[in-house]
Amino acid sequence: MEASSLSAIWLTLKLASLVTALLLLVGTPIAWWLSRTSSRWRGVIGAVVALPLVLPPTVLGFYLLLLMGPHGPVGQLTHALGWGVLPFSFTGLVIASVFYSLPFVVQPIQNAFEAIGERPLEVAASLRASPWDAFFSIALPLARPGFVTAAILGFAHTVGEFGVVLMIGGNIPGKTQVLSVQIYNHVEAMEYQEAHILAAGMVIFSFLVLLALYGRRQYKGWSR
Amino acid sequence: MIAATFQLDYASASGVAHSAGFCLDVDLRLPEKGVTALFGHSGSGKTTLLRCVAGLNRAPKGRLSVASEVWQDEARGIFLPTHKRPLGLVFQEASLFPHLSVRKNLEYGMKRSGNKAGEGFDASIDLLGIRPLLERAPEGLSGGERQRVAVARALLTRPRLLLMDEPLAALDLKRKQEILPYLEKLREELDIPMLYVSHAPDEVARLADHLVLLENGQVVASGPLMATLARADLPPAFAEDAGVVLEATVAAHESDGLTRLEFPGGQLYVSCRDKPLGSRLRCRIHTSDVSLALAAHGDSSILNTLPATVQTIVATDTPGHVLAQLALSDGTLLLARITERSRAALGITPGLAVIAQVKSVALFA
Repeated sequence: MEASSLSAIWLTLKLASLVTALLLLVGTPIAWWLSRTSSRWRGVIGAVVALPLVLPPTVLGFYLLLLMGPHGPVGQLTHALGWGVLPFSFTGLVIASVFYSLPFVVQPIQNAFEAIGERPLEVAASLRASPWDAFFSIALPLARPGFVTAAILGFAHTVGEFGVVLMIGGNIPGKTQVLSVQIYNHVEAMEYQEAHILAAGMVIFSFLVLLALYGRRQYKGWSR
Repeated sequence: MIAATFQLDYASASGVAHSAGFCLDVDLRLPEKGVTALFGHSGSGKTTLLRCVAGLNRAPKGRLSVASEVWQDEARGIFLPTHKRPLGLVFQEASLFPHLSVRKNLEYGMKRSGNKAGEGFDASIDLLGIRPLLERAPEGLSGGERQRVAVARALLTRPRLLLMDEPLAALDLKRKQEILPYLEKLREELDIPMLYVSHAPDEVARLADHLVLLENGQVVASGPLMATLARADLPPAFAEDAGVVLEATVAAHESDGLTRLEFPGGQLYVSCRDKPLGSRLRCRIHTSDVSLALAAHGDSSILNTLPATVQTIVATDTPGHVLAQLALSDGTLLLARITERSRAALGITPGLAVIAQVKSVALFA
């Protein structure tokens, strides 16, 4: 395998791990709020979170590019803070991926929180647990299956992204050249053998991920 | 004393299964000792009332004080959230945390209520007979076992008020019979007040010391159990379940298999060989199990006859039937449901001396 392919695999894994961790941090409060609130903003926020499910990745990438570019508001802010501009950097790729994979993480967690219902939290309150305490000691452990699903989906979806990467990150080896882009490069250069190695690897990886996901469904009960 | 005043309409009560227009409006003074039963049919607001006391629902015009502590006083902007109220709560269905073992479930509330030393741990688990279950997962327990663990878990927070929301309603008859003795033991040993929501007259008759009857979100009667059950002026909705409760002492096991119970107003013969002499037990006499005669004759198979004086006679909502309230020699009240035809034929009017014939007596351990 070529060094550039190895570097693309490494970059992809790094990106997906970082993005998954960030998504769990960002997605959990959003999912909690969506599962508990009776606010009229619930529908709006829910729809915004779900947008990447239906939008072509290029549309998302396009607007993120404008926002984070040198003339966009976010770009001007990051420039003023001395961080430079984010597009065509690994950081920019991470931010774009977080938006792109958000629904895949929020929705399983939200479903898990909704399935718990009010009762366990009321019981926890009657046992003197503050709302924060009850969240960490009851809601999080009971929603664990949802978190596992969310992490798997978020990771896998980030590994598989292409359109957003092209729009916002380009094709910079070692910085933004991820696996899916590298496959594209190989095909463009007629290096089918190299493309095959990576593409088949992706097929196997994706299958294993889905197997882990659906195989888990049959296991009911609480492992401790 | 527990003083509770709540006004709450449907719109402000989240998680309450009532049709629009339901409104809870109660003003109660409850004793600080013993078991108070909140009794009513479904939709009467008894669970909503309990949730208000627990702080799970917030009545916009609410006031609640337990002993000298104010838990809620909207006029002064006071509302203690549930987790700051020293109460224990047992729900209808098993509510153990499934990801924790029985022991960890018990410890959950202990740790958070400052009972780290586990004060009362041994006494509570022995009272409820759950020592063999400590290392088990809630999943593997029967419904009755789960409820016993839930009761122990609530007790271990050392509450100053214990709330139970139909803790037996989700159990089948056998499980109920299995858990009731534990609750009776609890009633005897507990020195904090308990509010017990129920729609089962038998549970109320067995466990309660004080009775609050609820209908459409309103309190229709509140008072000591036996006096309240003997009232003749309760709304028709409660007629089906009407019957008085007596507390009697086992006086003798007689040679023909019957047991003589004594209470201040007389004696009753029942079948209960297994109770030791001198033990106290409660019995319930349903209104339709009492008939009246003008004189005691020996030509009836009914064994239990009690001389009584007719107090009042009121109409019931069953056509052709009236309810007679009777006083025994010591003032104990009985209720008899008789036909208007018999009343007229025998000339039964208030003040008349009659013989109450008791056809059956339900015994509670």
